[in-house]
Amino acid sequence: MATQQTRSLARFMMAPSVILLFVWMIVPLAFTIWFSLLQYNPLNPIRDGFVWFDNYKLFYSNPAFLYSILNTLTIVVSVLVITVVGGILLAMLLDQPIWGQGVVRILVISPFFVMPPVAALVWKNMIMHPQYGVFADIARFFGAQPIDWFGQHPLTAIILIVAWQWLPFATLILLTSLQSLDGEQKEAAEMDGAGFLSRFWYLTLPHMSRAITVVILIQTIFLLSIYAEILVTTNGGPGYASTNLPFLVYQKALLEFKIGQASAGGVIAVILANIVAFFAMRAVGKNLDK
Amino acid sequence: MARAVTTQHKTIATAAAWIVALLIFFPILYTIITSFKSEQEAIQGFNLIPSGTFESYSEVQQQSGYFKFFFNSVLLSVGSTVLALIVAIPAAWSMAFSPTKRTKDILMWMLSTKMMPAVAVLFPIYLIFRDSGLLDSRIGLTVMLMLINLPIVVWMLYTYFREIPGEILEAARMDGASLWNEIIYVLTPMAVPGIASTMLLNIILAWNEAFWTIRLTTTNAAPLTAFISSFSSPQGLFWAKLSAASTLAIAPILIMGWFSQKQLVRGLTFGAVK
Repeated sequence: MATQQTRSLARFMMAPSVILLFVWMIVPLAFTIWFSLLQYNPLNPIRDGFVWFDNYKLFYSNPAFLYSILNTLTIVVSVLVITVVGGILLAMLLDQPIWGQGVVRILVISPFFVMPPVAALVWKNMIMHPQYGVFADIARFFGAQPIDWFGQHPLTAIILIVAWQWLPFATLILLTSLQSLDGEQKEAAEMDGAGFLSRFWYLTLPHMSRAITVVILIQTIFLLSIYAEILVTTNGGPGYASTNLPFLVYQKALLEFKIGQASAGGVIAVILANIVAFFAMRAVGKNLDK
Repeated sequence: MARAVTTQHKTIATAAAWIVALLIFFPILYTIITSFKSEQEAIQGFNLIPSGTFESYSEVQQQSGYFKFFFNSVLLSVGSTVLALIVAIPAAWSMAFSPTKRTKDILMWMLSTKMMPAVAVLFPIYLIFRDSGLLDSRIGLTVMLMLINLPIVVWMLYTYFREIPGEILEAARMDGASLWNEIIYVLTPMAVPGIASTMLLNIILAWNEAFWTIRLTTTNAAPLTAFISSFSSPQGLFWAKLSAASTLAIAPILIMGWFSQKQLVRGLTFGAVK
């Protein structure tokens, strides 16, 4: 066999993808690292120059920085918990024999296809608006004071919106995994007298573990960089109450034109993402080997 | 199911599932309903029956030119997807059919490029785009979206191609099929379903991408994501118009999504869940 030839052909076929992705990863990142060591303000170029790690110190001592890290992690963890727990419950409900399962599935998955700015605007104006929103109507119906979601609980509001977008995704994947569970195994466990909880704990949950890992990995990638939802609802406010790291970097770069500091923030975001990714990828790699 | 299911059990499960499903779908449903109300009606409190006017739709088109944004969305999502397929098919093909020890590492590395927060490279990309005149250009954004989704496209294709049995090619060759016949009659029919689902899903992802499409465009190349974001600074009350614009922005992809939900699971979990 012409293995040498096949191998070089394979390399040739892979080259475009690998080269493109490599350039896409390295070039902008190199720029960002370089900028993060500069004093660089396009509006005030006189004082530009090399400043070593001053930008990191500035970014770090900015009170917004700590907020943004905390908010980023709060969003990721809260949404993960809501969607995974909710997704498991919903998947188990939809796995029951029900009438109209096809339609129910379509209704449940729909929010996933709604683009982030639409989701955020619909929730902001139609659902959570303190005067005209549906939540306000419900509150008034019960004689309660409507909540000013984006003024008083901005981060909770954003978490709710993002969870609404991702719950369908988790549900669909967990449901698919659940449906591949062997019916005979379930019956055997039932015959042996295993109760609902022990069946769930020893049979269903282990069966879904691979799907759960994948859900967590994919959602983490997207949740770390939530942007449009914040832009169209709270714009990061009030104060820094709903600013996450990506949003803070955006503010520094394109609103304040503090490129050096923004780049330092970008580098920190990359490091944070890599730490999270390291654990997530290891878990997935292990699970995919099976 | 071998076990007989009691009707009572099924009734309760059905009721519960429908209630939850309708609650989850409610924001979308209410948006569609509101889009057929007049602005006056839209703010008069909770009401599920619209008067059925189309005035918001015609106003959205007249005031902000919905179709231009729609056209850009189609162009960007389809264009970037086709471009990504052209680059990714050979790569996925060779990884699926002549895997080496490093194939898995390469795949993992490709996925890891998705982990880089877009915002970290916002300014360099912005500068590169500005200096090469690509800001607000359809070509620039198409390439951008292609690069963003390339890892997922390679992964998805790889998981589909891997399931094509290699023996069948050998059998065709033994039967005296020429390389050309092999490609046309054996490979293509088996590869097309995978390529089609990859394409469908990737169009959805590109359509909904809401960072670069907002930041790198102003008017000329702006797709629906940018169009909708421009509604975030309200001038007066505009619930019905916002609803009409939102409905228009999500309807095409919602319908596509309904058809692709099976492939969605497979595709987005990289074949780990089928």
